[in-house]
Amino acid sequence: MSTPNKPGKNPGKTDPGQHTPANHVDDFSGIATTGHEWDGIQELNNPLPRWWLWTFYACIAFAAVYSVFYPAWPIGTSATPGLLGYSSRAEFAANMDSVQAGNQTVLRQIADTPVADIVADPELARFATAAGASAFKVNCTQCHGTGASGGPGYPNLNDDSWIWGGTIDAVYTTIAHGVRSPTDPDTRYNIMPNFGADELLDKASIKTVATYVASLSGLEGGVSTPEGATIFADNCAACHGENAKGVADLGGPDLTDALWLYEGSLPSIQAQIEKPRHGMMPAWSEKLDDATIKELAVYVHGLGGGQ
Amino acid sequence: MGAFVFSGLAVDDAFRIHMGILTFILGLGTIIAIRLPQPVAGADDKSGYMDGPVRVGSILTVFWGIIGFTVGLVAALQLAWPELNFGPWFNFGRIRPLHTSAVIFAFGGTALITTSFYVVQRTTRARLFGGDLAWFVFWGYQLFIAMAATGYLLGITQSREYAEPEWYVDIWLTIVWVAYLVLFMGTLLKRKEPHIYVANWFYLAFIVTVALLHVVNNLAVPVSPFGARSYSLFSGVQDAMTQWWYGHNAVGFFLTAGFLGMMYYYLPKQAGRPVYPYRLSIIHFWALIFLYIWAGPHHLYYTALPDWAQTLGMVFSIMLWMPSWGGMINGLMTLRGAWDKMRTDPIIRMMVLAVAFYGMSTFEGPVMSIKSVNALSHYTDWTIGHVHSGALGWVGMISFGAIYFMVPRLWNRERLYSLRMVNWHFWLATLGIVVYASVMWVSGVMQGLMWREYDSQGFLVYSFAESVAALHPYYVMRAAGGLLYLAGGVVMAVNIGMTIAGRVRTEKPMPAPAQLQPAE
Repeated sequence: MSTPNKPGKNPGKTDPGQHTPANHVDDFSGIATTGHEWDGIQELNNPLPRWWLWTFYACIAFAAVYSVFYPAWPIGTSATPGLLGYSSRAEFAANMDSVQAGNQTVLRQIADTPVADIVADPELARFATAAGASAFKVNCTQCHGTGASGGPGYPNLNDDSWIWGGTIDAVYTTIAHGVRSPTDPDTRYNIMPNFGADELLDKASIKTVATYVASLSGLEGGVSTPEGATIFADNCAACHGENAKGVADLGGPDLTDALWLYEGSLPSIQAQIEKPRHGMMPAWSEKLDDATIKELAVYVHGLGGGQ
Repeated sequence: MGAFVFSGLAVDDAFRIHMGILTFILGLGTIIAIRLPQPVAGADDKSGYMDGPVRVGSILTVFWGIIGFTVGLVAALQLAWPELNFGPWFNFGRIRPLHTSAVIFAFGGTALITTSFYVVQRTTRARLFGGDLAWFVFWGYQLFIAMAATGYLLGITQSREYAEPEWYVDIWLTIVWVAYLVLFMGTLLKRKEPHIYVANWFYLAFIVTVALLHVVNNLAVPVSPFGARSYSLFSGVQDAMTQWWYGHNAVGFFLTAGFLGMMYYYLPKQAGRPVYPYRLSIIHFWALIFLYIWAGPHHLYYTALPDWAQTLGMVFSIMLWMPSWGGMINGLMTLRGAWDKMRTDPIIRMMVLAVAFYGMSTFEGPVMSIKSVNALSHYTDWTIGHVHSGALGWVGMISFGAIYFMVPRLWNRERLYSLRMVNWHFWLATLGIVVYASVMWVSGVMQGLMWREYDSQGFLVYSFAESVAALHPYYVMRAAGGLLYLAGGVVMAVNIGMTIAGRVRTEKPMPAPAQLQPAE
């Protein structure tokens, strides 16, 4: 048997280089080896560490006991239910019940009370605001932000500018039915025409009216001209109001304040007249129960700008 | 040629581009193979070991390591500063699987194949079975890596964690893997040693089980033979369970069993000590491979997975604690009589740290598998910290140790270019891991607590977005930890490169071993 040449063997390395006879005893530990050797590696014939073995047994014992008490072993299409009759669904239901138990009375009151009366009742309003804040974190922050301050295209709910009305009932209706929701026939719906893209107004007129609108809130570049006022009266006043202060029933935003859904600048106004962007809000009555929608309405209404 | 034809017939753009890339790689490979000087038959000493693939593999392990760590750093920076997403190619959604596959399969897989070739030859005293089969396995696997990586960037994915490549890449890997099994088994069968060394059992378990896992998890029906898309054979909770049966055992057999094989050879070799108890190596091997395969359901607690399966996942994970620790005990106890080398030999230090991190993460794993702990830890950064203490600490460090051990021997160098640079690598990597893991613990626990925070009336206190905002400073620190680890990798690359080039750095030697007192 020819020993293969071992390329690159480190010359400084000590290597027994020969087969160890069985029951060779390791010099350092005084323990016998198994007599095997591979490329200079030997194995000591130590026993299993006791603590290791007993901990292993303990883990197995724990596993055995645990699997008697909890659902564990599959039998055909079901499994052993376990002595404790545990199920994660039941645990979840019990958890929810324990949290809700103390709130049952007030939750029923909220469900039975019209939303406007909840605001009037300090006790109910306080609870509904806390509950609404919680529901808001889960359902609304994705668009309106954690502080409800919105962002470009998503309305700020802290101010007193309301596109669809800021009374408690109006807020409730907006949450329940959404804005331009394709699935809810009662949704808040309006469309601003594509004045530029559909050639309802020529470029120059758009520029003129945009400049006029910008002037209403004192934006940079805004100039109030009679031509602009005329174009506005003919094309925009129907939804935004003759004084441009908005028409909540039609969802026409107020153009005279410093609050803008998109960007408050002349180019942005011009772009919106050319080819308007339209946001969308889901009809939450499809996902949340009525009490939660009332709570959300109370919370949003109370953020600062409720009318 | 085939790939070129497939490219022409492709029904979707991604597949067309991907087949184009395949054509390019294969074409380039063919040209290189033709132009390389033909080895004269018989010139290579047939009684010697086949170390060609091991040499190339050592270099590529270092290369893939750098790539994998760099992509990981990019992903970490993207999480801290989302502006760094450059879509669609370099979005986090594509960078993340690129990172996981680059470190697990490119770096880890190449390290495993390379070291298994080295170890099996030396512990059987036999040349690799099948002649050029080893080259096929080696380059075939590299082709798999290239196809997987380019596929991710193109957006080709079957959305199965750690198994994102689509059906045609999976089929190729299956062919390569079966060849790998034949090669390894063949070498074991023609061994000149009476017994099979424990490292080879672990390598063999890794090869056999990964074949099984890979095939079952990737059972899918392609939409078209000329398209990238396919649909899984499983659906619903069965699909989820199949994915985590695969995912968990990829960790168990790829990142644990395979690297234990590595540890069982390189650690005793570097320490020059016998393996501590032979019996422990047998018992923990069989216990580990029997128990690991059942623990997958612990990734699916509190989901649609039936309660009984969740229970079994938990109790098997707890039983797994000691069998996993068997490897750590064996590793550490093997150092009895060589502990003084900890001070003088940074390679041993690296290996010891690897074993220590192995022990830590295989303890943390069973703890996290306890359902009430998991209720807090699941879906949080704690899990990310856990896998990284295993991946950076265990898998990375033991691979670095093996590379540092092998390279001077493979190229017949007297020693490494610089031992002090190994020491630098050790400290950079260690600091990186410690920063990474501790930051992720803090952020993970914070995340879990914020998600479950309710006020006295039972109302949620934090929104998800608030928990994300709170993570920002931790994500910055995590990226810093990753940068340290990458810096260590770069130091290694320089050191290995210089060693291969035959250079020796003139430097103050590491502290000499203490004078041993003769036994009284």
